[in-house]
Amino acid sequence: MPSLVRAAGLAALALAAAIAGPAGAQTVKIGVVTTFTGPQASYGDFTVKAMRLYEKLHAKELPPGVKIELITRDDGGPIPEKARQLAQELVVRDKVQILAGAAFTPNALAIAPIATAAKVPFVITNAATSFITTRSPYIVRFSFTIPQTVVPLGQWAGRHFKTVYTLVSDFAPGIEAEQSFIAAYKAAGGTIAGSVRVPIQTADFSAYLQRVKDAHPGALMAFVPGGTTASSLMKGFAELGLPAAGVKLIGPGDIVPDEDLPGMGKAAIGVMTVQHYSAAATRPANLAFVAAWKKAYGANSTPNFVAAASWDAMDAIFGAVIAEKGHMDPARTLAILSHYRNANSPRGPVFIDPATRDMVQNEYLRETEMVHGHLANVEIKTLAVALKDPGKVAPKP
Amino acid sequence: MSRAGAYSADPRLRWPEALPWVVALAAFFLVPDYLALGAHILIYILFALSLDLIVGYGGIMTLGHAAFFGLGAYTAGILASRTTLTDPLIGLAAGGLAGGLFGFASGAVVLRTRGIALLMLTLAVSAILLAAANQANGLTGGADGLSGITVAPLFGRFAFGLVGRTAYLYSLSVLFLGWVVLRRLVGAPFGAMLTGIRDNPARMEAIGAPVYRRKLLAYAISAALAGVAGALLAQVNQFVGLDVLGFAPSGEILVMLILGGVGRLTGAFLGPTLFLVAQDQLAKAWPEYWYLGVGLLLLGVVLFAPDGLLGLADALGAALARRGAGRAR
Amino acid sequence: MTPAGVLLSQIAGVAFLGLAYGMVLYVISVGLSITMGLMGFVNLAHGVFAMTGGFILSMAMARLGIGFPLALLAAFLGAAVLGAAAERLLYARLYGAGERAQVLFTIALIFIAASVARLSFGTQAAQIRLPDLLHGQTLLFGRAFPTYRALLILLGCGIAGVLWFGIERTRWGAMVRASVDNRFMAQSVGIDTGRLFTLTFALGSGMAGLGGALGADILPPQWNYPQEHLVYFLIVVAVGGLGSLRGAFAAALLIGIADTACRYWAPALGAFVVYGATIALLLWRPFGLFGVARA
Repeated sequence: MPSLVRAAGLAALALAAAIAGPAGAQTVKIGVVTTFTGPQASYGDFTVKAMRLYEKLHAKELPPGVKIELITRDDGGPIPEKARQLAQELVVRDKVQILAGAAFTPNALAIAPIATAAKVPFVITNAATSFITTRSPYIVRFSFTIPQTVVPLGQWAGRHFKTVYTLVSDFAPGIEAEQSFIAAYKAAGGTIAGSVRVPIQTADFSAYLQRVKDAHPGALMAFVPGGTTASSLMKGFAELGLPAAGVKLIGPGDIVPDEDLPGMGKAAIGVMTVQHYSAAATRPANLAFVAAWKKAYGANSTPNFVAAASWDAMDAIFGAVIAEKGHMDPARTLAILSHYRNANSPRGPVFIDPATRDMVQNEYLRETEMVHGHLANVEIKTLAVALKDPGKVAPKP
Repeated sequence: MSRAGAYSADPRLRWPEALPWVVALAAFFLVPDYLALGAHILIYILFALSLDLIVGYGGIMTLGHAAFFGLGAYTAGILASRTTLTDPLIGLAAGGLAGGLFGFASGAVVLRTRGIALLMLTLAVSAILLAAANQANGLTGGADGLSGITVAPLFGRFAFGLVGRTAYLYSLSVLFLGWVVLRRLVGAPFGAMLTGIRDNPARMEAIGAPVYRRKLLAYAISAALAGVAGALLAQVNQFVGLDVLGFAPSGEILVMLILGGVGRLTGAFLGPTLFLVAQDQLAKAWPEYWYLGVGLLLLGVVLFAPDGLLGLADALGAALARRGAGRAR
Repeated sequence: MTPAGVLLSQIAGVAFLGLAYGMVLYVISVGLSITMGLMGFVNLAHGVFAMTGGFILSMAMARLGIGFPLALLAAFLGAAVLGAAAERLLYARLYGAGERAQVLFTIALIFIAASVARLSFGTQAAQIRLPDLLHGQTLLFGRAFPTYRALLILLGCGIAGVLWFGIERTRWGAMVRASVDNRFMAQSVGIDTGRLFTLTFALGSGMAGLGGALGADILPPQWNYPQEHLVYFLIVVAVGGLGSLRGAFAAALLIGIADTACRYWAPALGAFVVYGATIALLLWRPFGLFGVARA
């Protein structure tokens, strides 16, 4: 039947054309699964803002005809089932070539098997528990690991405080922070006055802080998720009279996120933290980054550590897209991402360690102070240079 | 003809009851990219069916049914991640058993009360299970959830892949078996006794029916089925999070069932399907408006259409029949 | 200090914080106890009015610059008005509708209120700036206690007193008590239960709003507030006994202190103890500590 043969032939041609794509045009799809709603909604907001800003400023560097498309999905918080479902849909339905995001450890863990099964590189922009990168060979982490910030903190605290009490949220990052800090602090000669783990959803810390106060430590090492929780902790710390009782508040930079500082008020002054990024850093790359940010998002907006990580992640992705001219081969993309180096990131010199696919960076000691009438995390000194993740542990069962 | 609100206990199968299975099989071939969503819908249909047994047929109002769902999920998940028993059918059986036993134990206690006290107790039991799962992070993963679940290929041959074909057909088969069990149960004298207890417990006592024991049996069966649904979820997702427990999933499955139509088993098919498909398409873009919409819809249903979608369909059918009869004259 | 002295000091601290928390729970839940006892209506959405009060306080102080005492009053009135409107327009339709319809209706209300809150205020908790006077600590019996919590305890007792007076000594209170005990008898005696319900519901919602505003430090107003704290409010009401002021007061304080004591001495147990104790208590006395067996 000639008409049928002709129809079949036309269909085959059309199919071939569709597969080949229009001459030269190539869209690289990046599926971003992160948190846009709930107490940690800022994480998703900052990730996407940073990625889009980078894309806008560097679009000219892409090869002709190559476009990048960001597809964002909201996992709603530490809801791993949802994160997994969204990642599965992005890979199967939307056919993305790169997965990105994961503000929370459980979400990253849930997405890991999807990345492995679909052979899609998974760029992590926040989730910081050490063993995450061991859960899939396709994970490359551009943010940080908890031990990276907390081990230098423990070593420094050992030289400045005789006793420290630890208070962490009861989830993997919190537990890891507690254990890494205690190990480093004790090795530096300190004594732990006590430890307490609080439920993640805690909004009222008064009973726990009373417990801390009654133990009379020199400092309280705290780690709670940013946003409302960190603000509540800060408020409770002042209300219960701990500063007056001579207790200093220390911790990883997560407890004083740059964007929450204005809301924390005077209670945040004097808090000492360790982190790889502060919006108040004065290196030229950061000044340019912050200026570009304020120009795009308003003078009252500031980037934070999540934005800095996402910015570098987008830089790496761009490198891969340009090198592969938009035709993304998973193995090659993974190799390019795993060998990322940037001497001029807003955080200072950084690079990915190809052996662990984790970020290697400097860690700075900061103090929260009033600068020109605004609260800022001022970098006082560099505690560690090019610190590889001290916490690479065997995967948990 | 079944009037709106009548609870179908007709043991004979009628042809519309084959429709859901035809649709499910067709979906397998027509929308292969959506099989993961499909498997979820099937799991929640099973969950809704189990709830329908006690809310619709038994008249027992509960806000804590997710306790059994979550318990089944964690049981199957813990078995598959912490032991070498990764065969999915073992996990399924374990989930059902755990759900059934806990349903029996908690039901024995909870069903001695009525009204608000019963509601409170179902809430409290569910809350205490959630608190336990949160605290026992060595076993359950706590707030991080239970990961590292490996599911052995079904019957040694069918592996659970990324696209979800095995998961879909597996869930469909389990749902079918669960439905067959329930269908026979409600069509049997047991079902009639349950609806009798729901409508007039005093009279049932008067005629010598063992009211408490029957309620407890229904509660335990319902809990076992919910446990099976939970086990399915753990195996299909290869993950269990704390969000399978607590007030939120209990409330949501209740809403899905009510929207579909309670007490006729069919509502348990309609409700979750429409709810989850709509959620998949709409909630991603506008999550706040989604819950606002669901709330308003639920409000409308409660005030104007208490028998849900099936009730509306019945009313429409009755109105058309009257029109037809009027015109014929 | 001697070990006994240390222990006493710890107990004083825990009792103080627990009492303050209990007072907040009381002020929020007492309205629920009365309306559930009065109308027999399972109102799961009670937390919506508490959340409203918290948001009104935050908005009034931050956007309109109103002082703390006036903002509290605004929270009470705002929640009361919302309650009266909801009762007249919605709740009243479902009085005879049976438990299932009532439960679903209140779930719908929770969805709607939570969405509206999220759309209006975003997903972060509302921040409350307390007046400087209430910051910091005061010295009582040689120990420093947070000033604001001390105020909560005083206000809680005051409110309990005013309510007791209102229920026990006024005509309105007598009508409420009569209707709670036997609604049909009260109606036959000529009490306009319709208007009584509206007024009482408004008062109960207003109290919830006031509690939500006062307790904004402990229970921050946030879009998921009604679902988040539902179980605790219901526990206070169920354990105390429906319709009993004494019951709500005793239950709220017990729960506040038990929860705080747990957090202080055994944080690993979490909310376990409170839930376990609730179950045990409800099994022993299904109508609550001070509740009355009802047909």
